This record gives sequence, structure tokens and C-alpha cells, in this order.
Amino acid sequence: MEAPFVNPQEDTAAEAIEAIGDELDVFDDWMERYQYIIEMGRKLPPFPPEWCNDAHRVPGCQSQVWLEEKEADGRLYFAGLSDAAIVCGLVALLLRVYSGRTREEIQATDPGFLRDLGLVQALSTNRGNGVEAMARAIRTAAAVSA
Amino acid sequence: MSTQTPTVHAVPQLDVHAIRQQFPILGEKVHDRPLVFLDSAASAQKPNAVIDCMANTMRHQYANIHRGLHWMSERTTEAYEGVRDLVADFLNAPSREEIVFTRNSTEAINLVAHSFGALLKPGQAVLISQMEHHANLVPWQMLRDWAGIDLRVAPITDDGDLDIEAYKALLADGKVALVAITHMSNVLGTITPAKQIADMAHAAGAQVLFDGSQSVVHHKTDVQALGADFYTFTGHKLYGPTGIGVLWGRRDLLEQMPPFLGGGDMISTVTFEHSTWANIPHKFEAGTPAIVETIGLGAAIEWVNKIGFDGIAAHEADLTTHALQRLATVPGLNIVGHPRVRGGVVSFTMADVHPHDIATLLDRNGIAIRAGHHCAEPLMRRLGLSATARASFGIYTQKEEIDVLADTLVRIRDFFV
Ligand SMILES: Cc1ncc(COP(=O)(O)O)c(C=O)c1O
Repeated sequence: MEAPFVNPQEDTAAEAIEAIGDELDVFDDWMERYQYIIEMGRKLPPFPPEWCNDAHRVPGCQSQVWLEEKEADGRLYFAGLSDAAIVCGLVALLLRVYSGRTREEIQATDPGFLRDLGLVQALSTNRGNGVEAMARAIRTAAAVSA
Repeated sequence: MSTQTPTVHAVPQLDVHAIRQQFPILGEKVHDRPLVFLDSAASAQKPNAVIDCMANTMRHQYANIHRGLHWMSERTTEAYEGVRDLVADFLNAPSREEIVFTRNSTEAINLVAHSFGALLKPGQAVLISQMEHHANLVPWQMLRDWAGIDLRVAPITDDGDLDIEAYKALLADGKVALVAITHMSNVLGTITPAKQIADMAHAAGAQVLFDGSQSVVHHKTDVQALGADFYTFTGHKLYGPTGIGVLWGRRDLLEQMPPFLGGGDMISTVTFEHSTWANIPHKFEAGTPAIVETIGLGAAIEWVNKIGFDGIAAHEADLTTHALQRLATVPGLNIVGHPRVRGGVVSFTMADVHPHDIATLLDRNGIAIRAGHHCAEPLMRRLGLSATARASFGIYTQKEEIDVLADTLVRIRDFFV
């Protein structure tokens, strides 16, 4: 899939989650972990500035997150961006897990992994976090029948 | 020429260490670091005096109020109504009947928008400012839409002060019935010139409501000296519990206003055809109120009174000066708002670092601040920002915590450049 949509690096969402966990485990300091996450955000394919508008905006409280999707060969591909660096890194993690998967796989993959990795606290209740809204938007997109 | 010796007031020093001992939560660790809590403007932590009072109320002295003919109910009613006296005294209100308990400031402002709003005629106007919290903005938009009144917005200067000339001009046609304005901005820290605002409003035939949510915490409030007509605040920012707020209103205004909510406790007589209203303040207090929380608010006010506003104000002024100096040394940091008079709230942005990232990284270091639009989106737009980071200080804040904040911000900045 062409940029800015994200191609999967791992064969399945579960493998992507495991790989992310392993990569984060390398660091024993949270500041380093965040540095790594920020780096992942910076490596996202460039998101077209003309998509940074209300139509693409995922309503979130503290930072802005933009999302676009595209379907090809029975798979959903996503592109995303946030104006906050850490959130952008979390977006990159989410897209590594969810982009380029089938609707069934997306729906079967609980976004709770962000919490399990210690990346987001109280994932389901913190409406301030755009990532939670983003995870919901991705799964809602997958739930809508094509 | 007469020589006058200036009177020297000894500024009482707060024993911050002893005060901190009274806040159990301040001993907690966050991400294995000692908690540095710099988010008191969102909600303050609670001293043992409040926690114990509420627990003891539920353990030993609790029943519904105003209705039981039994000992427990009478004791609880006495404790609850005693808080009305405390609040009246706290605001220097002329009488206890002018104190209405609400859930929070938001509800107090909605009450005025609904019930004072019911007295307004199309063509009249409500005047707010550009630095209002959504709580003192949205209720007036709702009133505008159902009552056909105008909503005017007084601009602020680039420094974050009310633009007094523009404010005056907006009052000039005499159509403004109510000025509703913050006494202290939760974003910029601005303490507004309340007395001047009230005098100008009255000269133009308008009443004035002050949103005191932020300001009551930092200095002594005297609604009569300010010349206010309505004043609101919220318990949880004043070291008290959530779920309890206060509206003070001038007796003659409250008496003219229709009730806000209908139900038990607010009536005098009820038939299937018709009801008559209780006297103020009960007319505005429908249903079982937040009994324990109100009593807890009383404990918070007594606790604050015991410390005294001279000491509190001096301590917080000291902290704010220190914060402004220390933050100015952080590379790339920009303080948002330079008002003439300010309270213990400092908003800032950093070049190349989003406020959300600042807050997340500070949090990993045990430092709690707020980042976002602070429920003041139109103000953010006026400032040309989508968000700021905000540190805010309270009775228990130590200078060392501000140093930790500044040092950590320097590290965060290094992280991004
Ligand atoms: C200036 C100001 N007004 C009103 C409010 C609303 O307070 P509450 O949410 O307790 O009603 C706040 C609290 O965030 C505030 O800072």
C-alpha cells in the first residue's frame, strides 16, 4: 500500500503487539522508552497536511489526532498523525498493530494492549487521551460493513 | 511636611511542612517518585480535617435533613445549616439566607442563567469576557438561545487583562442586564479588577456575577466590598469535597427569581393544581442535598480560616514569583499571560514540545500538571494556541517542587532538541 497508509511489518496483529512489547522491554527507563516511541512517530509516512482538518480529526481532549482509512484486498489500511509527539508515537504503534489487517482481525484485537504495555493508563476512561479515541475510531471503521 | 511612618504588617509565614503533614495524599508516590502535585487549580487535595469530618459525619451523625422529627435528623440539619453561616461569613455576605448550596460553580452559574435569565427581556444583554471558563460561557449561550437576549464578549489585552475601555464601550447603550465575569482566570492567572468592574456595571444599570471558583482559594473574599450581586464558587478547589458549590446572591434578586429545579424541600405548599415556593435559600435547593459534602465544605472553610488568608496569599504570591523566575530560565519556555495582578496559576508553552508531551513526561517523573484547553476553548483561540501546560499552586506547595518542575522541564526540552 502506498504512503501515507501504513503497511504491516508483522504477519498478525498479535505478533505486532508482541514485537512492540519486546522492543520496549529493552529500555529500563521510561524516558528512554518515550524517546523510542517518539522516534516511531517521526518515522510514520508523512501525513498530507490537507487532511489535517475537522473531517479527519478524531475528537480527543488534549491533543489533536487525524486519521484516514482505505480499503484494499479485503484489508483496511490507515494513515494517522498527531500534533503531540508522544501521541504520534502511540498512533504509530496502533497503526503497526491495526493497519493492513482484515476487519475481523481488527475487531478481534483489543486495544487494551496499550495499557498492558504501560503506555496508556486507564485506557477506557481517560477521555483526555486521543489514542483511546483513535483505537475506538479504528475499530468502529472495521465494524462498519463495506 | 509631615513624616509618616509606614505601618509594617508582619507577614505570617505558613509552616508548609506542618501543613503538608495534614494531607495524607502528599505522601504518595507516583511512578516510584514522590508526588509533586501542581494541579490544585483543577481540584485541590484534601486535609485530614475534611476527610475525618466527612467520615465522622457518616459514622456518627447522619440522617436526612429538614424533615426528620428525630434526634439524628436534627443534629445533621444543625451541622448542615451551620455551614450556611460559615459560608456567609467566609464571603462576608449580609445574611445566611442569601447562601444557596449547589453541586458546584457550574450549577450555581446555570441557576442564575436560568432563574435570573427568566427575568430578562429580548433585547437585553449579558456581558462576559474572553477569558471565561466554559462554565461561565455555555449557560449564557443557552440563555441567549431560549430567551432571545444578546451575549456580548469583552475582549482581553495581549497581556491577559480585561480591556477596560472595550468593556466600558460594551456597557454604554445600557442594554446589559448582567455582567458575568471571572474573578480569577484559570488559564492566565489574571485577577480581574472586580470592584472596578462592578462599579462600571452598576453605573450602566447592570448587575454583576463573579465566578470566584479560582479566586476564593487564594485571598479573602468580601462580596459587599466588591459590590457584587452574585458570586459563585466550588468546594473541591477550596480543599473541600466535590459535589458541593455555592451561589451567593443579593436577597432582593434571589427573591424575585423563579426556582431552578422543582421537587421536595423547595416548596411551601403543594396541591395537584398548584405549588407555592419556600423562602430563599430553600426555594433553590430542591431535593436531598449533598449533606455530607456540605458539612465537609464547612470543615474545609474552618481549616482555611484557621490558617488565615494573610499567610495563604503571601505564600502563594511568593511561590508564583518564584515560579515565574524559575520558568523564565527554561530554554524555549514561553509564559502565557502577563496580567497586572495574578494568582497562583501559570500557563506556559515550550517551543517544539506539545503541552500534552510535557504533561506526559512530567507525569513519569511524578509531577502532576494540567495540559489542554482548560475548558476555555474560545480563550485558546484568542491566544492563538490549541493548548497550554499549566502549573498551579496551593497552600501545600513548596518552592522545591517548583524547582523540580523547572529542572525536569529543562531535561524534557533537551529530549526534543
Ligand atoms: C474559573 C472557573 N470557573 C468555573 C469552574 C467550574 O468549576 P466546577 O467544575 O467545580 O463547577 C472552574 C473549574 O475548573 C474554573 O476554573
